[in-house]
Amino acid sequence: MANHDQVLDASGLNCPLPILRAKKALSAMESGKILRIIATDPGSVKDFDSFAKQTGNPLLESGEEGGKFFFLIQKA
Amino acid sequence: MSQKKLAIIATKGTLDWAYPPFILASTAAALGYEVQIFFTFYGLKLLQKDLDLQVSSLGNPGMPMPMPVPVLLQALPGMQRMMTMMMKKKMKDKGVASLEELRDLCVEAEVKMIACQMTVDLFEFNKDDFVSGIEYAGAAAFFEFAGEADICLYI
Repeated sequence: MANHDQVLDASGLNCPLPILRAKKALSAMESGKILRIIATDPGSVKDFDSFAKQTGNPLLESGEEGGKFFFLIQKA
Repeated sequence: MSQKKLAIIATKGTLDWAYPPFILASTAAALGYEVQIFFTFYGLKLLQKDLDLQVSSLGNPGMPMPMPVPVLLQALPGMQRMMTMMMKKKMKDKGVASLEELRDLCVEAEVKMIACQMTVDLFEFNKDDFVSGIEYAGAAAFFEFAGEADICLYI
């Protein structure tokens, strides 16, 4: 698992909150830093992929761990 | 790459129909869009500070119900309040954001909200009841933005 600088737990939140919280967290981070997001919303898998593509913040890694989804997004 | 633009017209004032404009606007803003919402007719209720929006199964046979309720019973006094309460509880249990939260997120993301002056006058809405930071304009002003928009939605 890649290292990360900050964690955002969006467990229990539904669309579009995980994305909005992630955007907010990334805005406050410096370029190059990595945010690890944890979510339970199954829709977030496709959504974070789209979010990364559209905002230009690369999605470094994603997957499932202990019944939850995780995403590593680097601030562009 | 120039900033993409999303224009939304919000015309509905029920709890269920209040979600699409605020969800799409806040998400688009998070993706880097410049967003404007033009609130007209019943959509103006979404701008009131005190959001007292209701949902009704009357005239909406597609609404999922925990148990079948005959239409005439759905019309009884208090049924609409009860259905609204049940819907709000379900949303909370499922981690769906409240409308207040989504609207706050839109404001925070600098989504521009415009109230249709004509319908504000028509329904005699009190501007003091609306959230601050909104603008009042007409159809021509909407087209100034919508004409340049990449996406335009009528909700």
